[in-house]
Amino acid sequence: MDILNAIVALSNFVLVPAIAYGSQLALGALGVTLIYGILRFSNFAHGDTMAFGTMATILVTWALQAAGVSFGPLPTALLALPLGIAACILLVLGTDRLVYRFYREVKAKPIILVMASLGVMFILNGLVRFIIGPDDQRFADGERFIITARDFKEMTGLQEGLAIKTTQGITLVTAIIVVAVLFWFLNRTRTGKSMRAYSDNEDLALLSGINPERVVMVTWMIVAALATIAGVLYGLDKSFKAFTYFQLLLPIFASAIVGGLGSPVGAIAGGFVIAFSEVFVTYAWKKVLVYLMPENLEPSGLVQLLSTDYKFAISFAILLIVLLFRPTGLFRGKSV
Amino acid sequence: MSDTAKTTALFTLVAVLIIGTGVTQSWNSALLILNMGLISAIMALGVNLQWGFAGLFNVGVMGFVALGGLATVIVSMPPTTEAWAAGGLRVLLGLVLGAATIVAAILTYKAMAPGRRRTLALIVILVGGFFLFRFVFDGGVQSIEAINPSVSGYLGGLGLPVLLSWPVGGLLAAGAAWIIGKTALGLRSDYLAIATLGIAEIVIAVLKNEEWLSRGVKNVNGLPRPVPNEIDLQNDPAFVERATSLGIDPVTASTLYIKLGYAVLFAVVLVILLVLAQRALHSPWGRMMRAIRDNEVAAEAMGKDVTRRHLQVFILGSAICGIAGAMMTTLDGQLVPTTYQPLRFTFLIWVMVIVGGSGNNLGAVLGGFLIWFLWVQVEPMGLWLMQTITSGMSEGYWLREHLLESAAHMRLLTMGLILLLVLRFSPRGLLPER
Repeated sequence: MDILNAIVALSNFVLVPAIAYGSQLALGALGVTLIYGILRFSNFAHGDTMAFGTMATILVTWALQAAGVSFGPLPTALLALPLGIAACILLVLGTDRLVYRFYREVKAKPIILVMASLGVMFILNGLVRFIIGPDDQRFADGERFIITARDFKEMTGLQEGLAIKTTQGITLVTAIIVVAVLFWFLNRTRTGKSMRAYSDNEDLALLSGINPERVVMVTWMIVAALATIAGVLYGLDKSFKAFTYFQLLLPIFASAIVGGLGSPVGAIAGGFVIAFSEVFVTYAWKKVLVYLMPENLEPSGLVQLLSTDYKFAISFAILLIVLLFRPTGLFRGKSV
Repeated sequence: MSDTAKTTALFTLVAVLIIGTGVTQSWNSALLILNMGLISAIMALGVNLQWGFAGLFNVGVMGFVALGGLATVIVSMPPTTEAWAAGGLRVLLGLVLGAATIVAAILTYKAMAPGRRRTLALIVILVGGFFLFRFVFDGGVQSIEAINPSVSGYLGGLGLPVLLSWPVGGLLAAGAAWIIGKTALGLRSDYLAIATLGIAEIVIAVLKNEEWLSRGVKNVNGLPRPVPNEIDLQNDPAFVERATSLGIDPVTASTLYIKLGYAVLFAVVLVILLVLAQRALHSPWGRMMRAIRDNEVAAEAMGKDVTRRHLQVFILGSAICGIAGAMMTTLDGQLVPTTYQPLRFTFLIWVMVIVGGSGNNLGAVLGGFLIWFLWVQVEPMGLWLMQTITSGMSEGYWLREHLLESAAHMRLLTMGLILLLVLRFSPRGLLPER
């Protein structure tokens, strides 16, 4: 019984949140890694692209809510998502046309593209704050829980409850669908194959008649969709705040690098590695250990390895370890 | 126009802008802009050393600036004797143990042959060291933070003159830069960017959470000043007499006098650093740096140790940012960790360097003044713009309210736009490298 209680407590506080967070990071890291693979630079504006897409979705959600439309037990934001993605696609194609294309044509060094992305980041950050304000926005509606802690306790008769939020369920299901579609696209369709060819060997791809501008355009569209979905899922699960999305940049980059920049599988693995380590190290283990340890050895403190405020430090530490021992990441990404 | 004439013209423009603020708004705000402009120019000088000389992309300026601020507290605040007695040594011992664990792990890693036994030994050392560290450290922290938490609850500083904190800030920042540089330099350029981005967030997290060190979000107020207090001046009959003889009211005169005092101190630091940076740029060392920046492979073929030189210049540039950070905290008179925002302290400095002209020290200084001036003045300009746009709309109309409310966020938009425009149409900046 104690073991079961410990497992439930562990799932409730560690596994379920980490899986949801990991899926969100993985989707974000996929965007970073695709840009890196195809356009060959680290896109610092990614966090703010996510913020922009989420903001567009929130605005549509509000409009739908005002019109009395709802999605039953699911959040209305899911209905608004396609429009949010469309807005985000328009935005990134616009920035590509106005900013990045010029540097591609003159074959600027990657670092110049990174700096341009800094400028884009500034503008998007200002734009998002300008439109929706710098404050926290909550936009989740519908049923809050798939299963509440109390129902679970009544069902199983255990002391510990297991609560699964609707948003956590949606995050996982959406992430699986999105990743499946993405991999199908990359591996099975003509456009997807040309993208991978372009990423592997630019010159060879150009020789075989692949249109680079088309590859770049499709990449941006996919990245915009991924960023918006990741941002909306994160916002539903927690809340939307422009600054938080900017700060997500660090764990997202850490995920992409840990997995190996340019490798989609790596991005997903990296997202979960980062999410699980963050939650593991910042969780107060007392609740689980109480059930596992003999009574006289029960921990007196919280048994929290690091305070939650240091979660950046964990992404960072993992990043450093990987950089030191395996600079190309777990899945052998590019090291241009 | 020759280079010198252009430089003179642009610096005159900055002077006119600041003096113009003094005439049209107030001399107080003009001096505020001047003081922060001086500090910004120093930060830009540091970033220019890394980017302009060596092509290193450091997006963790905020972290180094904040470390400088921490140095001000550590050096200048009076020590809290009770706190030291209660747990000071224990905390220090904890930190030493933590550092020893890491050193032991590194030594073991180097000494033992790769294999399962080494991994096992490393895990034992790291996990054991971590718990030992937490046991010693946490106890000390608790007893320190328990002492008079509303006004103190931290170790305090060394009680030394505040000016000493400026070089110490540089040293702290240099130390952090050494750790990052050791790990991230020599890898591809984007990695350094991400590593510095990370370290900056961690420094801020430490400042916000380690109350025993600098009171965390409770802030440290009332830092000692290198210049006299306004009140003392106002109570000084000689000063009041001089002020009235000049026709200025003594209260205004005292604030202006203090700000001028700071401006002189900052200007001295800026001039020293600028001269040093100029000498470095035109020395064989500077030429070597630029050679490495322009073609690493060729420089390496000439026998230059690229990674070592990169580490060197990275530490130097970061140290300058640390000095500037200590100066800024001295000017503010308080350490407020929540005010450190990456957009303001990292990316704004980058805009300064790019706009001023990377690779040119005078350009960086110019960019520092010019962009800081814009940063301050864009807000009233944005508000004015919004008022003009919305003047046709009826009072209380939602769009009008929204636009007026959001005018403050025009800053970020403008800065991003300036960065992109300069990068696109004049990538060498206002004062290009010669």
